[in-house]
Amino acid sequence: MSLGSVPLKYKISIDRDQCMKCMRCVDNCSYGVYRIEDDRILIDSRRCTACHRCISMCPRDAISLQEKPVDYRSHPLWTAQAREDIINQARTGKIILAGMGNAMDYPIIFDRLVLDACQVTNPSIDPLREPMELRTYLGKKPAKLEFTKSDKGDIELKTELAPNLKLDTPIMIGHMSYGAISLNAQLSLAKAVAKTGTFMGTGEGGMHESLYPYQNNMIVQVASGRFGVDINYLERGAAIEIKIGQGAKPGIGGHLPGEKVCSDVSCTRMIPLGSDAISPAPHHDIYSIEDLAQLVRSLKEATEWKKPIFVKIAAVHNVAAIAAGIARSSADAVVIDGFRGGTGAAPKVFRDNVGIPIEAAIAAVDQKLNDQGIRNEVSVIASGGIRSSADLAKSIALGADAVYIGTASLIALGCRVCGNCYRGLCPWGIATQQPDLVNRIDTDVGSQHVANLIHSWTLELSELMGAAGINSIESLRGNREKLRGYMLDESMLKVLNVDPVGA
Amino acid sequence: MCGIIGVIDRTRARMDGSSIKKALSLMNERGSGEGAGYVAYGIYPDYPDCYAIHVFFDNLVEPKSKVDEVLQKWGRIVHQEEIPTYEQPCLKREHIPWRYFYKPYTEFIVGSNNPAEDIIKHLVMTVNSTIPGSLIFSSGINLGVFKASGWPEDVANFYRIEDYKGYIWLAHNRYPTNTSGWWGGAHPFNLLDWAVVHNGEITSYGTNRSYVESNGYKCTMSTDTEVVAYLFDLLGRRHGLPSEMIVEALAPSFWDEIDILPEKEQKLKRTLRLTYGPALMNGPFAIVVATSNGIVGFTDRIKLRPLVVGENDSRLYISSEEAAIRVMDPDVKTIYMPRAGEPVVGRFSQ
Repeated sequence: MSLGSVPLKYKISIDRDQCMKCMRCVDNCSYGVYRIEDDRILIDSRRCTACHRCISMCPRDAISLQEKPVDYRSHPLWTAQAREDIINQARTGKIILAGMGNAMDYPIIFDRLVLDACQVTNPSIDPLREPMELRTYLGKKPAKLEFTKSDKGDIELKTELAPNLKLDTPIMIGHMSYGAISLNAQLSLAKAVAKTGTFMGTGEGGMHESLYPYQNNMIVQVASGRFGVDINYLERGAAIEIKIGQGAKPGIGGHLPGEKVCSDVSCTRMIPLGSDAISPAPHHDIYSIEDLAQLVRSLKEATEWKKPIFVKIAAVHNVAAIAAGIARSSADAVVIDGFRGGTGAAPKVFRDNVGIPIEAAIAAVDQKLNDQGIRNEVSVIASGGIRSSADLAKSIALGADAVYIGTASLIALGCRVCGNCYRGLCPWGIATQQPDLVNRIDTDVGSQHVANLIHSWTLELSELMGAAGINSIESLRGNREKLRGYMLDESMLKVLNVDPVGA
Repeated sequence: MCGIIGVIDRTRARMDGSSIKKALSLMNERGSGEGAGYVAYGIYPDYPDCYAIHVFFDNLVEPKSKVDEVLQKWGRIVHQEEIPTYEQPCLKREHIPWRYFYKPYTEFIVGSNNPAEDIIKHLVMTVNSTIPGSLIFSSGINLGVFKASGWPEDVANFYRIEDYKGYIWLAHNRYPTNTSGWWGGAHPFNLLDWAVVHNGEITSYGTNRSYVESNGYKCTMSTDTEVVAYLFDLLGRRHGLPSEMIVEALAPSFWDEIDILPEKEQKLKRTLRLTYGPALMNGPFAIVVATSNGIVGFTDRIKLRPLVVGENDSRLYISSEEAAIRVMDPDVKTIYMPRAGEPVVGRFSQ
């Protein structure tokens, strides 16, 4: 017996009075929603992903999109999504794949936190007139300074600083590999970080030659598949990141389908053309914290202790203790990826159900490192669902040194968060390797948009800090006094170590 | 607001408290009559090797017996007495100020470079956070804090500070916003040899507090000033930084200034700033810190609070207002205003 079709997700309609049949929608839709028959544009709404490419390209605003055009009988437990997933799995017998971040309606802690500003007892600082310092150094810091006395009695600094990354703004772009995203997308991001004095991650996909001019602003990644890793790659990076886990899919590995492994991707990843690139769930040389410490040391040795090493973990229940373990290795920074972190593809059940929110994870990690007296010796980088300069400021006040943004930087390149990245047909030229689609990104224009985004958040962060009477980012970091919880329950406030509004 | 003033005699000649009382009262416009205090170094020459522990007791029954007990566990009380006070019509007595002259048993702890001081610090933190009705507000050798809620002259007369003679004095006239009317909230704040008077509001308090707490201090006074004392204790006593370097850590040069320094100096300042980032104090402040070795005054990095320096031979004055210095010393020879974040250091000549 056939299960029949499920209702449409989106309904596309064209205002025929407005339409001038320029065919831009037909040309732009890579999912095949539009086709021409007898000089008429026909619509197959079932193919639509709500990527908005057609809408944004239509010169007459003739296209409209309606979400959920067909209702299910409403039911609080058996949501439309639950029913459709079951139908889907009854048909296929497979794990459901999904793109982008967690799509469940969990409360967003960022939106229940408010920032502080000065009134009377202390003056706010105007960033237009006074210096405002956002410069951030990522890497190991000494616990204290040591001095020696020379024969003449002069005091000489004995402490040598470990190499640190110098950021002009505490916003970096997270790891999105060549393969998961296109080379033009990576190039746009790379030019943007070079312009704004910050860094981006290569992801686990090696570094394509055309990115070499930006290598001083790139953090190379060593993940469980070790794709693209050789000494040349390690030495090109400004820093090296060991990826243990990812917020969108904690506890599992990755899978780049063979269709996406074109010749360029295959060279960069150092794998055969057209083969699936499967990253195992664990690193098979890391089964314990001491194994991780060994890998950190090995990478340090390989690069002569010249590069900071980051370790990225997904925010899971025990994140604080794990981060404390990492801080005890030679690692320079811990990256915490919250459960709203994006992904090209993840099993939906993981994306939506595994891990904890980044806000709670940062607070817990900061607290644990403080309790152990080692907070300032290691940097903490937060990622996973940071949407605005407010989220950035709140992340830092909760204890992060800097953040990684991923989805936000892709939105600056056109992404509309349709969540179909894993299909390789991204009409914006981001999550695809099809040359015609990839060429839709002009890297000069794209990089300017991403740089604009970083610049505007930087300006907003400066204003927020100035209003709070702070002129240096160090004084916002972990400064819970600058946060209040609004309608958060007592146990959550305790985890965040934040007072409620009015207190 | 708040008004501060400090003086050091660089030849260790001792001054009684009458002139600083006058200077502080002159700045009454900066206060609200809800808190004032004084600290003097060199006032207990009869007990040169005892920690002078000043305590506010709510009564002399439970709190005092508990404090006696914990002090006796950790050391020997050489002498104890109520601090002499004299009723003032405009000052409401909230606590009984008491003092112990005390020697800790240094063999009781291991792993410390300075067991006596670490025991005293432990006692201060323990008493203040666990024994209700008692507050240790002064804990150094040969020095003492005298403070209460009231106008400067009433507080001075309450303790008769003209009866004490010291070679360093700091004083503070308070306009409270955080903890009004609480004697413990008045300045100076003291821990061991460090005393602090502070005008301003530290916007980095949350960060500074986490940092000192992660280094074993407990903030118990619900005010931002106490972290200054702890930061000085941590950086000065435990990490051994000289005063100028502590000030550079707490109110560092801007990166733009550091970037153009000669390489060696640049490296020092960058290392200092990276190592002590969480100790950086932000927000408007003018602070004078004292130890038995001298005083240091400084402001925040953009000087959002006033600070004036006066000199007359062996005397160095640091104050919120020039007028206060001139009341203390009408013959003062030089007066100048230090730059933002620049330390003003007064050390003894020998």
